Amino acid sequence: MYVAVKGGERAIENAHAWLAEERRGDVNVPELSVAQIREQMALAVSRVMAEGSLFDPDLAALAIKQARGDLIEAIFLIRAYRTTLPRFGTSAPIATDSMACDRRISATFKDVPGGQVLGPTFDYTHRLLDFKLAADGDVAEAPQRETDQADVPHVTDFLNREGLIEEAPHDDTAPRDLTREPLEMPADRPLRLQALARADEGFTLSLAYSTQRGYARNHAFVGELRIGTVDVEMDIPELGFAIDIGEITITECESVNQFTGSKTEPPQFTRGYGLVFGQTERKAISMALVDRAMRWEELGEDNLGAPVQDTEFVLYHSDNIKATGFLEHIKLPHYVDFQSELELVRQLRREAGAADMQEAAE
Amino acid sequence: MTDTALLSVRGVTKRYGAHIGCADVSFDLYPGEVMGIVGESGSGKSTLLNCMAGHLAPDAGQVVFDTAVDGPCDTLQMSEPERRMLSRTDWAFVHQHARDGLRMGVSAGGNVGERLMAVGARHYGDIRGSAIDWLGRVEIDETRVDDRPTTFSGGMQQRLQIARNLVTGPRLVFMDEPTGGLDVSVQARLLDMIRSLVRDMGLSAIIVTHDLAVVRLLADRLMVMKSGHVVEAGLTDQVLDDPQHAYTQLLVSSILQV
Amino acid sequence: MTDYNFAYLDEQTKRMIRRAILKGLAVPGYQVPFASREMPMPYGWGTGGVQVSAAVMTTDDQFKVIDQGADDTTNAVSIRSFFERTAGVATTTQTAEATVIQTRHRIPEQDLTEDQILVYQVPIPEPLRFLEPRESETRKMHSLEEYGLMHVKLYEDISRHGHIATSYAYPVKVEGRYVMDPSPIPKFDNPKLSDCPAIQLFGAGREQRIYALPPYTQVVSLDFEDHPFVASKADHPCGLCGVEDSYLDEVIIDDAGGRMFVCSDTDYCTARQADGFKGKDAA
Repeated sequence: MYVAVKGGERAIENAHAWLAEERRGDVNVPELSVAQIREQMALAVSRVMAEGSLFDPDLAALAIKQARGDLIEAIFLIRAYRTTLPRFGTSAPIATDSMACDRRISATFKDVPGGQVLGPTFDYTHRLLDFKLAADGDVAEAPQRETDQADVPHVTDFLNREGLIEEAPHDDTAPRDLTREPLEMPADRPLRLQALARADEGFTLSLAYSTQRGYARNHAFVGELRIGTVDVEMDIPELGFAIDIGEITITECESVNQFTGSKTEPPQFTRGYGLVFGQTERKAISMALVDRAMRWEELGEDNLGAPVQDTEFVLYHSDNIKATGFLEHIKLPHYVDFQSELELVRQLRREAGAADMQEAAE
Repeated sequence: MTDTALLSVRGVTKRYGAHIGCADVSFDLYPGEVMGIVGESGSGKSTLLNCMAGHLAPDAGQVVFDTAVDGPCDTLQMSEPERRMLSRTDWAFVHQHARDGLRMGVSAGGNVGERLMAVGARHYGDIRGSAIDWLGRVEIDETRVDDRPTTFSGGMQQRLQIARNLVTGPRLVFMDEPTGGLDVSVQARLLDMIRSLVRDMGLSAIIVTHDLAVVRLLADRLMVMKSGHVVEAGLTDQVLDDPQHAYTQLLVSSILQV
Repeated sequence: MTDYNFAYLDEQTKRMIRRAILKGLAVPGYQVPFASREMPMPYGWGTGGVQVSAAVMTTDDQFKVIDQGADDTTNAVSIRSFFERTAGVATTTQTAEATVIQTRHRIPEQDLTEDQILVYQVPIPEPLRFLEPRESETRKMHSLEEYGLMHVKLYEDISRHGHIATSYAYPVKVEGRYVMDPSPIPKFDNPKLSDCPAIQLFGAGREQRIYALPPYTQVVSLDFEDHPFVASKADHPCGLCGVEDSYLDEVIIDDAGGRMFVCSDTDYCTARQADGFKGKDAA
């Protein structure tokens, strides 16, 4: 006697209980605190904030803890939470030339006004496992120097003075908002940049890499990469002026790209731009390269059929929350569709069989 | 009836920045007439063809077509839906490369049937019947009706493209180097076929080519283009046998010597 | 869950979604772009349907969720409990009692009424997507009513298989204008789309589209005159309730591959059994 399967509800509850237990792991090992994750897994926190489109290190750390270290799952938690937040207003554009830089490098000039600051980077570490960290993580304090906290001009501005790099004209048009309007093609540059800022790091990295290997090569240098904190200001209508509402850490990359000129533009350097929450330089550099590659049409370059030049393809597939959801939904039951396919295949086989019999008989 | 031109082109001009694509081209095409446009590459003949067929927007000019319902209309002023409707009913466009004009992942029958279905045909048997009939008319065996064009030779693909275009009985066919890229022997057979189709169906056509043999065989009238301008026009035999313009003379002598 | 607004979404967002729904109802079958929000369940798991349900739901509603026709499949359970938590709305498994029914892949067997809204979860709203991957191009094809390619696909099916080889997500034409994807319902359900007294709403979250069928809309499954559309199903009665004309799931019941057929609509089957109907496999 067959009884239809019931009890989806119980199964879900039990699965959740098991998940919670697994998340905690061995109870004899001390539990991670959110503060520990925030302080010691800071780059994971940065990525979750960037792709989650929400700057809040504590929430990002909580999400990482809840997601058992699965960063895409953590990003997902942040995005879903973000949906429920009311929007009080829009900040003034942040001024990155007044950034308090932790890191600032240029690959195009040996020295620049304001100086190069290597900052806390893995770049010149030897990637040797440090077994001391397995035992104890005490570190000596890093040396410090006073800075004269003046504004730090953008390196590309120096090129601009000579007219060697394309202008980046000021534009006060309010950009379309990816999180409040449906993504519709054609996407202008502000919209593309928004999408890239929250795009999956791995996807963006691979696309950028593909341009370096020759799929729509645009020969990029890191004109400048800077990481640090900037103030966020917001106009308060009741006050009639802007006030600081906080401080965020961001990574900004301006790429300088070779350009031989086209029908409409003289030979000069062109720009790609990346701006990402947190300390996320791999993502910011990738973003700048992809941004530059997607500008082929506006610059009168040829469509080489490279994946990165296909804006619709890039934008529709760069969001890891959409991608992972749709990919994983094939785990859901599909037996109704499958049943109708089953009927069809049976019918086609019956007919094919009948046709064979017919032929054999003739 | 024939005193109304099927297509009246007036002052069609297209620039690419400082470079001239085609400049101030005007002519009339009457029903049943075949017009050849010749010139070397870069002469502006393809630009002109694409402007007339609605694939490119010219900077100036008119392309007036004698529509079946409303009489003469400037196709450049039409809305996109009107123009698209025209291009799947009264107009046809044969590309130089069959791949550009065929769906390579769809069977030969589906390729020919698409235009019928696009204008509302909904009887599978009739659509398939028309497709098979048309395959016959372009000398493709009906047993190939369910095969994809990827399995066809270059000449067959081009004939299939022609069948796909003519199945809805268009009144005007644009052809862009229809025999380009084919072997000489294949070219001859294709030309012969195009000539009988044009004659049997009473088609009007505009054929762009750099090959004077093509126009000698197919075209009633001829326009010679150089650097975006029409330098000579007239009856085909007249232009080819007694070229007036120095450029045409050069073109004719160089081709005939080969 | 007092931290969240009624039915999770804030009122501004719900208004935005309702505007999209109204536009969809005004232009039946047209895919209205809407700014889909990130929901606390994954894209592809019903976020479009959930947002539409949240936008139309009131405190008086009786909410039913089915997945594959069943109320107790895991994702149906999950979505139902989401609204129990965030909206405190009454839920039911009985089709007749429900005022809002969210569904994945089925239309209930029982006829719907003018007092009901059926909300479909849609994975790929674009019926032309697998013929033309570009959104910019498919939108143009819809606006210009260029649907020849759709029939080319059906033509190819017949020439290869002898008949149209689409068994679910079978494309339809709405009021003689828009070609629409009815979501991956089996083609058996297609006739129920047409002339339906209930409002039918379709939500695709990941693809940011909403479309709709107002009550009593004419919906025609695409076909050829000489190869008409046939709403097919497994040729068996239900093993539990004996009904002849409902859509059936095939269930493998033993290691020898023995199988039986039962109603996919669990509420329909349960109600019939309660009324004393018995199939050959019933106890």
